Amino acid sequence: MSKPTPPLPRWADIVLLPLINLLAALVLCGLVIFAIGENPFAALKVMINGAFVYQGALGYTLFYTTSFIFTGLAVAIAFHARLFNIGAEGQASLGGLGATLVAFAMAPIPGIIALPLAIGSAALFGAAWGIVPGYLQAKRGSHIVITTIMFNFIAAALLVWLLAGMMLEPGQFSPQSSLLPEQTWLPKIHEMLGWIGLKTTATPLNASFLIALCACLFFWVLVWRSRLGYEIRTVGQNQEAAHYSGINVARVIIITMAISGAFAGLMAINQIQGVSHKLILGFTAGYGFTGIAVALMGRNHPVGIFLAALLFGALVQGGTELDFEFTVITREMVLLIQGMIILFSGALAYMFNPPLARLLARIFGTKEDANA
Amino acid sequence: MLDFLYQTLLAFDATLRIATPLMLCAMAGIFSERSGIVDISLEGKLLSGAFVAATVAALTGSAWLGLGCAILAGITMSLIHGFACITHKGDQVVSGVAINILASGLTIVLGIALFKRGGQTPSLPKEDRFTPIEWWGVEMMDSVPVLGSIYRQLISGHNMLVYVALLCVPLTAFILYKTRFGLRLRAVGEVPQAVDSAGISVTWLRYRALILGGALCGIAGAYLSIAQGGNFVKEMSAGKGYIALAAVIFGNWKPFTAFFACLMFGFLDAVTARLEGYELFLIGEIPSQLMQAIPYILTVLLLAGFIGKPRPPAAIGQPYHK
Repeated sequence: MSKPTPPLPRWADIVLLPLINLLAALVLCGLVIFAIGENPFAALKVMINGAFVYQGALGYTLFYTTSFIFTGLAVAIAFHARLFNIGAEGQASLGGLGATLVAFAMAPIPGIIALPLAIGSAALFGAAWGIVPGYLQAKRGSHIVITTIMFNFIAAALLVWLLAGMMLEPGQFSPQSSLLPEQTWLPKIHEMLGWIGLKTTATPLNASFLIALCACLFFWVLVWRSRLGYEIRTVGQNQEAAHYSGINVARVIIITMAISGAFAGLMAINQIQGVSHKLILGFTAGYGFTGIAVALMGRNHPVGIFLAALLFGALVQGGTELDFEFTVITREMVLLIQGMIILFSGALAYMFNPPLARLLARIFGTKEDANA
Repeated sequence: MLDFLYQTLLAFDATLRIATPLMLCAMAGIFSERSGIVDISLEGKLLSGAFVAATVAALTGSAWLGLGCAILAGITMSLIHGFACITHKGDQVVSGVAINILASGLTIVLGIALFKRGGQTPSLPKEDRFTPIEWWGVEMMDSVPVLGSIYRQLISGHNMLVYVALLCVPLTAFILYKTRFGLRLRAVGEVPQAVDSAGISVTWLRYRALILGGALCGIAGAYLSIAQGGNFVKEMSAGKGYIALAAVIFGNWKPFTAFFACLMFGFLDAVTARLEGYELFLIGEIPSQLMQAIPYILTVLLLAGFIGKPRPPAAIGQPYHK
């Protein structure tokens, strides 16, 4: 055995390591772009322009960011209890179903009541789809990874059945519902800025971005400033210790999964009440899985999750620009980057850690050595 | 009556065709999971295998080269999985998710770059694919009433990879239960410390299990794109890797029971297509989506302990620290 690696300084763990992992992922994707005969730097430039520079680009980027914040928070809260929720995709689908059903039921009711109820039911339906795997994990010992994967498929089948059947808009061939009642639509940010006299480009960015920011704050208070958050983290650290200190582990697991599902369900309000105004099959677009990358990169902290979600929002929005500018590079490039990021900052999280720690210890000298 | 028999035969025939990639992937999953490595990356390996098989077959005109390269592609994905979660002791589920997403991104990006057909590969002519093999004596057996059609439909007339898949099941059982490698493989998934203290490398054993699994997924992928189908279509694995994983769990991590689970899931799928639009006696029309969800629902029920008792390998999911 070599001598034990010194601990990584906190700033390096939070800032440097994620950046190195991101860089490694980008370099590998650059190599792929190079291998298929395009210039990776040109592609990067197109993506940055598409994500931030062009008119209205930022609005689109923040719109995608909103979805990723919700799914990232969903995965992260489960991670804090050391639960791996791969089911954000299914929970978001159910969230969409909840929002749609309640919005239709609220047709004659004014927006001031209908809108929050529809949002709440998105969270509620998502939570319900999270509670079941949580319950099965806590009480029956079924592995949450497998059950949440299965629940994704069950949710997909349920949505196909409803959207191709009783919820299908008459005269429509592609599986989607009819338009939601207008008072349950979320206002767009450019409309809201218009109310106070600011003129901006129309983008799909809507009020759910603000809800996402509130969700980040809620997440922080919940995890680090509440009794439940303390219990969640204790269960995540050591279930037995949690049990012997009087924490009801099963209850904490179920509640955590409920919160996780609720965050995932809220993703639907951005897509449905915010923009499309109807339930469309496949509206989740794999963003539930992106949430895994976001949570891993953001180190399960709301600030990190916001930044990682912004990164992925920029990647997705910039990626659509690739379609226009190149013939052989398309937006699917983003999937590649996403996979690489999950690989480097998740599965290979320990690869760069020890050498970096040794390097930093050598540069900054003796303090760690003295402790060791 | 004869018509009913014929319909049943066709359903069984379809079952076999649908179950073939499931069987191969399920055996792959058994190797990897019995060695203690969670393998949700079956889906990604299957997809990569399918893409590489179709691409190589299209470029070289050789189905065999396609199959060989698909196996290599499956193994490569397995090695990435191993590098992350055996060598670097990373989280096995995270690594599996990464591989699945990587596979779906890479196959589309490379497919568009190579063929410029929106991610599809060109259709292969018949001679560049694995085509159905007609067994000896089909004509002769035709004169025998029932057995003749069973022989023609069910036993003869599949492509080579179907038979390979069917052979893989007893072979997997043999390797797992009758060889020294299999004994060690099972041990390393239960008590890796014991294997280690006997002086056997846990790392190398687990790598070998993953390599075997990768190869099997590669064959399954080749089946999808150059045997059953004639080209690669993006996302063509369509969750089959996950169904195979469900079959592994349903089969309690044992080859033959997993094989029957694959057949059952395949049969459900085969019947779904045939029942669409039919009113069943007393039940009415069963929504096809419900039929498609049954494998997943059954797996959840099984995992919850409502049907039998699942017994996963004891050391599954835990990286081995010396």
